[in-house]
Order: sequence, then C-alpha cells, then structure tokens
Amino acid sequence: MLMLSVSKLVKTYPGGVRALNGLDLTVDTPQVVTVIGSSGAGKSTLIRCINRLVEPTSGRIVLNDLDVTALSRRGLRRARRRMGMIFQEYNLVERLTVMENTLSGRLGYVNFWQAYRRKYSPPDIARAFELLHRVGLDGYEYTRADALSGGQRQRVGIARALMQQPDLLLVDEPTASLDPKTARQIMRLLCKLAHENGTPALINIHDVGLAQEFADRIVGLADGVNAFDGTADELTPEVLNAIYGEEDWSKTINRPTADSNKKMQRDGLERESAAG
Amino acid sequence: MTAQQWRPPRFIESPFARFALTSVVVGYLVVSLTPGLVPLVSLEIDWGRTGEGLSRAADMFARMVPPDFSRLELLYKGLRESVQMALAASFFGMLLAIPLGLMSARNLVPLPVYLLGRSLLGVTRTFHEVIIAIFFVKIFGFGPLAGVLTLIVASMSFIGKMLAEDIENMPPGQLEAIKATGASFPKLLVYAVQPQMLPRYLGVSIYRLDANIRHSTVVGIVGAGGIGQVLAASFSRYDYDFSLAILLTIVTLVFVGEFFSNWVRGRLR
Repeated sequence: MLMLSVSKLVKTYPGGVRALNGLDLTVDTPQVVTVIGSSGAGKSTLIRCINRLVEPTSGRIVLNDLDVTALSRRGLRRARRRMGMIFQEYNLVERLTVMENTLSGRLGYVNFWQAYRRKYSPPDIARAFELLHRVGLDGYEYTRADALSGGQRQRVGIARALMQQPDLLLVDEPTASLDPKTARQIMRLLCKLAHENGTPALINIHDVGLAQEFADRIVGLADGVNAFDGTADELTPEVLNAIYGEEDWSKTINRPTADSNKKMQRDGLERESAAG
Repeated sequence: MTAQQWRPPRFIESPFARFALTSVVVGYLVVSLTPGLVPLVSLEIDWGRTGEGLSRAADMFARMVPPDFSRLELLYKGLRESVQMALAASFFGMLLAIPLGLMSARNLVPLPVYLLGRSLLGVTRTFHEVIIAIFFVKIFGFGPLAGVLTLIVASMSFIGKMLAEDIENMPPGQLEAIKATGASFPKLLVYAVQPQMLPRYLGVSIYRLDANIRHSTVVGIVGAGGIGQVLAASFSRYDYDFSLAILLTIVTLVFVGEFFSNWVRGRLR
C-alpha cells in the first residue's frame, strides 16, 4: 500500500526566506497530483524536500513507512532509488547518449565499476529499450542528449525516472521550457505512464489550464502552506484568488464536463500513437 | 524643426579627468626616464652604459653567426632531457591534477576539503617555476630530477585550477539529477562530472604539454636539467655560436610542440 505523508514541513533557507511554513500533504492512492502556486510559494522546495535534495528545517516526510527525514546518507540513497525525479531543464548529462541517460536510473542498484563501464544487466537494458519505445524514442539509443530537442529531452527524462521503477514520481515544472503543443504531449505521456504503472506523481506546474486538464487532484500552495486541495472542478475563481491573489480568472479556468475531458484525453492519446 | 544634436559618448566624460590622465601619462614618461629626479619613481638608468651595451650586443651577435652545430651529442642530450621532462611532467601533472581539481570544486566537496584544495592551488601558483626549480635544485641537486619535479608541480596546479573552475561552472541540474537517482559520490563523479569534463581536461593537458616543452628550456637555466642548462653553460663560456645553435634548436622544438598541441586540440573539439 502506497503512502506519502508530509507533515508540518518547514524550510527556511539561509538568509531567512521561509519557503515552506508547516505544510501537510498526504498521497495514498496512485493518482496524479498537480501542485500549483505562484513563484516562491514553495512548490520546488516541497518536491526537493521529499527526496532531500533540499534539507528540510523541520517536519516529517514518510514514504511507505520509511521516515525520509531521519535517514542516514546511505539510507537516503536507498530511499532516493524509490523516487523518480523529472526536471524543468531536463537535466540530462549532455555528453552521454540517450541510452546512458536512461540507464542512469539504475545507478542506485549497480556497483561503481558497473557504473564506470556502463555494464548494466540484460533485464535493465531490455527495460530501457521498452521505456524508450513507450516514450516514442525508438532508434535514439546512440544519440547524444545534446543533439535532442526539448520535448525529446524531456521524454528521456521521463524514461530515466521510470527506469528507477519508482514508488513515487517527483516532477518539477516538466513543461515550463516547452512550447504549448509539446507541453501537452509531455503531460499526456507522463500521466498515461503514471496511471499505467500505478505510480503516484506529484507535478509542480505553473499552467493552471494544464493542471486542470491532467490532474486527478490539485493542491494549491500559498506562502508555504496548503491553500487548496481538491479536484479540477472545485478550482473556482475564489480559490485561485486565495492561491495567487486577486486577478480576473474568467478566461483561465476551463471547465469542460467530465465526459468531454476524458474524450479529449483519449483523442489526444490516439493522435499521439498514430503519429509515433 | 531643427535637427537634433548628437555627439558620440566619450570614454571619459569629464574634461578635467581627461586632462589629468594625459598629464599623468606624459609626466611619468618624463620623470621615469630622468635619473634621480624623483626617488622611487625615476629609473636608475645610466645612459652611458646603455650605449656601451648596444655595441657589445652587436659584437655578440656577430660572434653568434654562423651557428655551431658541431657538438651534436651535447645538444642532443639536452634536447632529449627536455622532452623527457616535459612528457613526464605533463603525465604526472595530469594525474595529480584530478584529485586536486576535485578537492578545489566547491560544488562537490565540503568546505574544509575545498579550503585545503584551494590553499594547495594558491601556494603552488604563487611561485614562478624558476623559484620552485631553485628549491628543488637545492634539495635534489643539479639535473633533470629537479626540473621534472618543478614542472610536475606547475602542471598539477595549472590543470587542477582549470579543472576546478570547469567543475564549478557545470550546470548544477545534471549533478542534481544523478544524485536524485540514489547514486553515490563516486558514481556521480564518473557519470555526471567525468563525461562533461573529459574533453576540456584533455585539451588543457595537451596545451600544458606544449607549455612544459617551453618551460623545460627555462628551468634548465637555474640548473634543473634539459637544454636550458646547456644554453646557460654555453653563455657563461662565451660560446655564442653554440648558443645560437641551441636557440635555433629550442625554436624548432617549441614550434613542433605547439603544432602538435594545436593539431590534437583541434581534433578534440
């Protein structure tokens, strides 16, 4: 049974900026949770605290009965293997090939010499090929990451994260560096794979429309605390005012009926598979 | 409508500052070349001796031609020593630069290690090769051992500094991503740092090989072996024609080294 539980999470950066202010969050089903909020609301800090790329000041983070906040360095490395991370700037190792980048998701499981010689097990390599197929990058295994387009790089980023066979996906602004069409394709792919694998995903996102379109659940952060937690339909102008401050939201909120929304996503997937 | 006026911006806007700067330049020229005019500033130039020097130079150059290549064996021994020194110094300098460079990269190591690394870099880079060579000659005696050690130290700190700067300028995201997979520090080094650093590291090292060939001719002058030592000896014996032969050999050697280094670095890109 999956369970991510964040309680009373506080992060104060050196210099006094308080990014998180006692945040509580529980994810206990394999769902796509989008996290919205203005810049500086603590979205990135939240995600980075969960795998402790940023050290929380106080509070507790528990993943599947494992207290992440209390782990030793070695224990932390083991915990990180269970959390796949996807970044805004893709963060691939530029001079390595697509395959090497994908296989880096197994770095927590191989020893130093295997990592140095890139000697991964045949099942790992087979799985990497399978993932590259699923993200639509067949035949790219020898291409260097710096030769890819933004959308392609993010697909490698997704494959790398899934290569870890994670219990949880931590996704930081996956579409902010992409054009609107590619952004939709990437979000669709990400959510599809998360659902297929039964992996819950925590996705930071700026674009409220995208958040509504793809999320099972939306969490709104304001001033480092949880200001909203609900479904896309519950995201009213009043809620957005509470999260972002006063603004005219009438053009932002799209409220398709549940049926048409599902249909749009289905159509999109068909288009995608036809194209790929 | 009258045409609007525009004049190009001046490097120094204030006329007073412009005048002051010109006065300082002209003033220094006059004061420095007039012996005894202002203590500390005026150079102690004996114009008489300068004149004598010019005629002695003409005499020396006259005795240099034609170059004397008859002592081939001595020339060859110096040349071989210099090349050996440069090769060994580059190789061991390259190896030692890796730990030093990693220690000096703030984004990889904790503060105490970083401070140690930077201090080592600082100390070794403060002193010119010739000064380090004097130390090693005093410790290990005349000959190429002192020269090799000098150039190893210099190469290590040169390549190490470059490596450290490159690592610190790495985009942090790649390190973060590999760390987030649960990779340990050594794996982070071989998977994220090494692939990004390798081409530049090799380029800098090859450049250093070419620099070491040039520097190996200098450290010889203080007795640390190589063709420089042969050159210093020939000057002190007034064998100017032999000196010219050595100088021409050095020119050829340096030219070949530079050509090789450029060729390799061109292929690395």
